[in-house]
Amino acid sequence: MSDTTITLPPVAAGAQVLGVGAYRPRRRVTNDELSQTMDTNDEWIQSRVGIAERRWAEPDETLVEMSVAAGGKALAASGLSADQVDLVIVASASLPTQIPGAGPEVAHRLGMTRPGAYDVNAGCAGFCYALSAAADAIRAGSARNALVIGAERLSDVTDLTDRATAVIFADGAGAMVLGASDEPGIGPVVWGSDGDQRDAIAIPVAAPGEREALTMAGQAVYRWATTKLTDVLQAAMDSAGVTAADIDVFAPHQANLRIIELMAKRLGLPATTVIARDVVLAGNTSSASVPLAIAALLDSGEARSGDLCLVLGYGAGLTFAGQVLRLP
Amino acid sequence: MSSTAEIQSGLAEILEEVAGVAPADATPEKSFTEDLDVDSLSMVEIATAVEDKFGVAIPDDELGGIKTVGDAISFIEKNQ
Repeated sequence: MSDTTITLPPVAAGAQVLGVGAYRPRRRVTNDELSQTMDTNDEWIQSRVGIAERRWAEPDETLVEMSVAAGGKALAASGLSADQVDLVIVASASLPTQIPGAGPEVAHRLGMTRPGAYDVNAGCAGFCYALSAAADAIRAGSARNALVIGAERLSDVTDLTDRATAVIFADGAGAMVLGASDEPGIGPVVWGSDGDQRDAIAIPVAAPGEREALTMAGQAVYRWATTKLTDVLQAAMDSAGVTAADIDVFAPHQANLRIIELMAKRLGLPATTVIARDVVLAGNTSSASVPLAIAALLDSGEARSGDLCLVLGYGAGLTFAGQVLRLP
Repeated sequence: MSSTAEIQSGLAEILEEVAGVAPADATPEKSFTEDLDVDSLSMVEIATAVEDKFGVAIPDDELGGIKTVGDAISFIEKNQ
């Protein structure tokens, strides 16, 4: 038996977000367009989920292409070069291939030099799970800089004639580049799962040669989101040592405008807090929604560099993960 | 244990808070969806508010059977 001690790399004080990037598919699908093919209308959709339009990707806008586009923008915004990134995590629940994952191809396409690269499937919470994994890897010294991407083509797995789901789910990709920092720029994650509700959001197993579409028990998920997740958001703030009064930007998963508004009300966020409402124009893009929403607020100037931002991913599993971030 | 009148007025308060229903309209024969314009997600909010106020549990599969204000009142009376 060797008695040589295993050595570990130095631990970083914290990790921070260095850059944000987004890719929105070209094709805008309005509520009026959907009302021509199914029994629904703009008023019905807006009053229930707050969505006015969404983007559905065209065939050339693959999950990898959208990831490369969003990741490239986040990299450019970070000021880092591709060879400085040594970890890539792609969060997705709608990758068309089980093997291989998207991470290695995205890293290769961005010109990175053999980074660690893998995928995460934690439903709509995927981005926030991946963000935590990347921040922890940087803190532990396993990576210097990381690219985290949330990318979805939910239109591939949704029955586009089913008014219960087609009006909600959409496509897109969002990304963040993270690096080490002396002052923590990403708070501790508060995450968990409620696996007893695994059937609430699911794609049933299909018979050979058949396809099954995404199903969601809307009332059950709405009840869970509006009763169980305010405590998670509060715990994410508590563990980061901040209060609701400190939150400049609230960017939860963009599932449903009514859930976003209820959460904001119950948290007691000040009137000055900017609330992400990207769901109105983007629909529910699952693991892409948090970085897409933040990118939109940074682009419009509503969110500013240095702002404290509370994020929360939640969805199929059921899973959830919340953090406090300092925006780049 | 709340009386039927207390349940009805408590439910009317919840309906006003969640869905903007005037308390005078919250009478037992009214259908939530047909008469009071309460949608399926507001029904969830009403159910959770009723659970907090009256200490009853309304699972989602029972919620579908509660069509009218009167249904809700009898559900609370039976289960409180």
